[in-house]
Amino acid sequence: MAGFGVEEKMSIIEINSLDKSFGGLSAVLNVNFFLEQNELVGLIGPNGAGKTTVFNLITGVYKPDQGSIIFNGQNITGMAPHAICARGIARTFQNIRLFNDLSVLDNVKIAAHKNVPYNFFSAIFRTPGFFKGEEIIEKEAMKYLEIFKLDDKKDELAKNMPYGEQRRLEIARAMATKPTMLILDEPAAGMNPQETNELMNLIAQIRREFKLSILLIEHDMSLVMGVCERIYVLDYGQIIAEGKPEDIRRNKRVVEAYLGEEGE
Amino acid sequence: MQILKNKFIRFCADVLILAALFTLVQYFITTGLLNQYYQINLASMCINIILSVSLSLINGFTGQLSLGHAGFMAVGAYASVILTQMLGQPFIAGIFAACLAAGVCGFIIGVPTLRLKGDYLAIATLAFGEIIRVTLQNIDYVNGPAGVLGITKLTTWPWLFAAAVITTLVVVNLINSSYGRAIISVREDEVASELMGINTTKYKVIAFVIGAMFAGLAGAMYAHFFYIIKPETFNFLKSFDILVMVVLGGLGSTSGAIIAAIFITALTAALQSFPAIRMILYALILIIVMIYRPQGLMGNKELSRQTFGRIWSGRKNEHNRN
Ligand SMILES: Nc1ncnc2c1ncn2[C@@H]1O[C@H](COP(=O)(O)OP(=O)(O)OP(=O)(O)O)[C@@H](O)[C@H]1O
Ligand SMILES: [Mg+2]
Repeated sequence: MAGFGVEEKMSIIEINSLDKSFGGLSAVLNVNFFLEQNELVGLIGPNGAGKTTVFNLITGVYKPDQGSIIFNGQNITGMAPHAICARGIARTFQNIRLFNDLSVLDNVKIAAHKNVPYNFFSAIFRTPGFFKGEEIIEKEAMKYLEIFKLDDKKDELAKNMPYGEQRRLEIARAMATKPTMLILDEPAAGMNPQETNELMNLIAQIRREFKLSILLIEHDMSLVMGVCERIYVLDYGQIIAEGKPEDIRRNKRVVEAYLGEEGE
Repeated sequence: MQILKNKFIRFCADVLILAALFTLVQYFITTGLLNQYYQINLASMCINIILSVSLSLINGFTGQLSLGHAGFMAVGAYASVILTQMLGQPFIAGIFAACLAAGVCGFIIGVPTLRLKGDYLAIATLAFGEIIRVTLQNIDYVNGPAGVLGITKLTTWPWLFAAAVITTLVVVNLINSSYGRAIISVREDEVASELMGINTTKYKVIAFVIGAMFAGLAGAMYAHFFYIIKPETFNFLKSFDILVMVVLGGLGSTSGAIIAAIFITALTAALQSFPAIRMILYALILIIVMIYRPQGLMGNKELSRQTFGRIWSGRKNEHNRN
């Protein structure tokens, strides 16, 4: 280890030749990529390129037809979503999926259930451990709401919040599962430029504070270019480019893919 | 510490209220103020509360449609009767056997069907209710279609009261805990719940098995109050009755389930001599509720101390806590 002078970076996730098709359509085809610890990586591509499908494969919503997903050295391919979450991957959704009829606070508390500090029987018999545990859960949940500036809205129903705040709540909820890797599906979709800017600062902040690795899908190229250290470009289910933002900007195939989309 | 202290005071208040209610009714029974007719309806009411609260855990809080609650009640009724009448065991053993047998049936049906998304549980529970009924009709040990007659009356007011209170307490305490939030999140969005680290299958099965166990308890109470059990008593219509209570009360409200159980019992008693009208009225009530209050009487709100506090001080509901 030490003394060899070789800086060995551990990749937190490694995706190897991942395939997924729906009926006859190959949504994801031979996709390979990795993320290093604490890296912020963007996954971009035109509409229908297969970005969300990649996320669904990583988080266990779909089982891949082929390929493997290694997370922290462990093969998580084909595991149930809750088991994958238990190992430290949390996500948000392109089409917001909050628990609409529950309060903002309960939304976050539910995500904290993974680490519930009392057992089932304490809950039913209302032991002192239950009350102490509930206090801990509440404090934890409020901590994440404060980071995302939602603490004063804790009793509101999730569905009654403005769009931008719902997006933030989704990230707060994901954070409450205490992930080591966060994957965000178009977190800024539908936000105005100012909201987007604030959100990007927040993402940078939690990344630092919680030593997170973040994989981010974004449709808007300029936005991704600003924050990501490395970018993968997906088109028709395949990775067509990988590299630093400035390389991606100049890449001919990427420009074509995006131009092609605009020409449609 | 202060919070714990307040909780303790409130807990003592609850105990006092319940003890007062219990003693009052017990007094009415011993002095004969509550005659046979009212005692029968009181028993029905408690049994219906157990059934409705336990089904509301499955249908209301977990969001899984179960159509066979009477089947679990039948399992409990027969299991307890076999223990107390055929094997000469005490009532308490019969009660435990009832809960256990119904819980095991719930587990056997729940595990394969609750793993799947969609209405498989509805179909499986519907079939289960019928299978149980037909099976009981063909078991000579329990007299087939004629049923078991002359069951010793062991269900007394203290048993009924304790059973209803324990059922409600377990469901309320479960729902208002992290485990309960996990269960409710399954109803809200199963996919999101699973992705937030909740083993949705596990919690669906837990809620379903607990619900089934309490239906078994209701069966034991029923069998030892009404002297007679027949397979036909626990047919689909009985399951439907319980479902009506839960829907009427509001999916996701324990107090709603209790209020609806009391209301339906009273209605049934009032219409005893016109059974045909009863079914028409049920349908009518359901239709009216669906049109004017599709979320049920209580929606997913609870009748709580705060509610009474608001009514008391004449304030309108300012902060609708959920
Ligand atoms: N469950 C599914 N069943 C059938 N086809 C699907 C399913 N999910 C995705 N697809 C198809 O797979 C392809 C990739 O979809 P995906 O949602 O991954 O794209 P995307 O890159 O996220 O697009 P967008 O930018 O619009 O979100 C699309 O053609 C889509 O129609
Ligand atoms: Mg997408």
